Amino acid sequence: MYRIILTRLAQGLLTLLLASMIIFGATEILPGDVAEAILGQSRTEEALATLREEMGLNRPAIVRYFDWLGGMVQGDLGTSLATKRPVADMIESRMWNTLRLALLAAAISVPLSLALGLWSAMRAGGKVDKTLAMTTLALIAVPEFFIGLILMKVFAVELKWLSASANTRPYFDFWQNFRALALPVATLSFAVLAHMMRMTRSSVINIFTSPYMEMAALKGLPKRRLVVRHALPNALSPILTVIALNLSYMVSGVIIVETVFGVPGLTRLLVDGVTLRDIPLIQACAMIFGAVYILLNLLADVLSIMANPRLRYPK
Amino acid sequence: MSDATELPTPRASIFAGLRLTWTAAIAGSVLLFWLILALFGPWIAPHGEAEIISGTTFAPIGEGGLLGTDKLGRDVFSRLIYGVRTTLLLALITTVISFAFGVTLGFAAAILKGWFDIVVSRIVEAFMAFPSTLLALVVIGAFGTSITVLVLTVGLVLSTSVFRVSRALGYDIGVMDFVEAARARGEGTWWILTREILPNSMAPLIAEFGLRFTFSILFLSGLSFLGLGVQEPAADWGLMVQENVGGLFLGSSAALIPAACIASLTVSMNLLVDWFQQRQQGETVLEKIDQ
Repeated sequence: MYRIILTRLAQGLLTLLLASMIIFGATEILPGDVAEAILGQSRTEEALATLREEMGLNRPAIVRYFDWLGGMVQGDLGTSLATKRPVADMIESRMWNTLRLALLAAAISVPLSLALGLWSAMRAGGKVDKTLAMTTLALIAVPEFFIGLILMKVFAVELKWLSASANTRPYFDFWQNFRALALPVATLSFAVLAHMMRMTRSSVINIFTSPYMEMAALKGLPKRRLVVRHALPNALSPILTVIALNLSYMVSGVIIVETVFGVPGLTRLLVDGVTLRDIPLIQACAMIFGAVYILLNLLADVLSIMANPRLRYPK
Repeated sequence: MSDATELPTPRASIFAGLRLTWTAAIAGSVLLFWLILALFGPWIAPHGEAEIISGTTFAPIGEGGLLGTDKLGRDVFSRLIYGVRTTLLLALITTVISFAFGVTLGFAAAILKGWFDIVVSRIVEAFMAFPSTLLALVVIGAFGTSITVLVLTVGLVLSTSVFRVSRALGYDIGVMDFVEAARARGEGTWWILTREILPNSMAPLIAEFGLRFTFSILFLSGLSFLGLGVQEPAADWGLMVQENVGGLFLGSSAALIPAACIASLTVSMNLLVDWFQQRQQGETVLEKIDQ
């Protein structure tokens, strides 16, 4: 078992390395270089040459890649072109805002979608199931900003119950924090709820229709024991995968939500970086999100291997 | 299945043969409505795409234009009609690009197998191990916002999933008896691909096209909403939402209307794809013979 987990970890590390190559490559193949981007229209040949020398852009791309990667590993994320501040400082102050948003949304959407998915699966084909299936099918296709704007219009603009800005201050008490965060958290939860529910439903149904469940039911086991002893341990691994997949899906959801509600978070920093073409900032932010995404998927795999003995022996 | 057209059809009408459910019917009508509006938009729109018609910005519904005015005093109704063209056309182009890349590489991998399959599959896996929105942001950050960059980036990002589907289809169908029989007959690779594999993978590919199209609309409008997609003065639904968000607090629905339109488009498309898939699954052998 440990060997498989270790192999999986090594694979994850390799993926991360590939991701870093993609990020570095994508920002390197642009026509012109960072020096041209900094100097803009007013550049002269001499200034360009000096700046390139200063930033070490004359070295071959492969050397710069390893230099950049080495810096990343040691926590040196480079210097922002737009603000001239270290990227690490800029990220540090904003990381918590994004993390808090994602954690709160996960704390709400995961139990809710698991419960709804299970309920739907227990009554497969029934009225509840059909209604939920239709609703989630529609919800999946609704853009996050539409959900966010509707919630904002109703609760912040019309009813004035909640705040439309998620910009919290350190001196805020619990209720002020709640008012500020309720809408972005709700929007983000909505964005992953439908997906997670549908995936939970199908994996639970998959298990309920398997031969050993039929066997256990025919044996006359009470329903409680059927669910707790037979279905749940087997359902654990697909459900963990579902959760990790959707948490990583939040990475793209959170980009929209932070923009809608003006959260001063990490993705806002990334989008600003893209607008200003601040390459070191883009690289660092993309690397962080990529790492989180890959880590979550890795976690799901490892947990599934631990929960399900069948996965420990690859064919 | 492919011979069905040569047989006399006993169906009373096309619609009975489609076996429409009411959700699919509604979804289909919504899509048709937007399609007609996209085709004949310029003749229907009362004002120009970027024409300022009123001094009042964020005029409410009914005043100024039919649906009010936006942040610059432009007619929301007219921009909406022009916007459906941009939105649908860009989504169509990106989906076609993703299919051109994905299907070609996917079938090539399934037929050639060997090192080609391994190399391409690994590269696609590396790209898929990475959130697609992030990938698009990095590329747009490097190349700047232009329609060409936008369309190519989103097209390539979407093609990873198309590749997976078509490769799996190619592998599955490639080992079936009738393909073996064709090979034994001495048919060439091209013949097998176009006469055996492609016709038999049509239904799942059509469903995939619908799903990618929906995803493309969501993806592109999301980027436009972030200010990184279609740029002003062009009218695009995602862009219209971004432009007019500020009006929400002034009681204007100039941001909500295009957002609702995007939702109507994508939800309808999703429902239609679901109907199509269910219909394909539900088609029993007896029904096929009936046709």
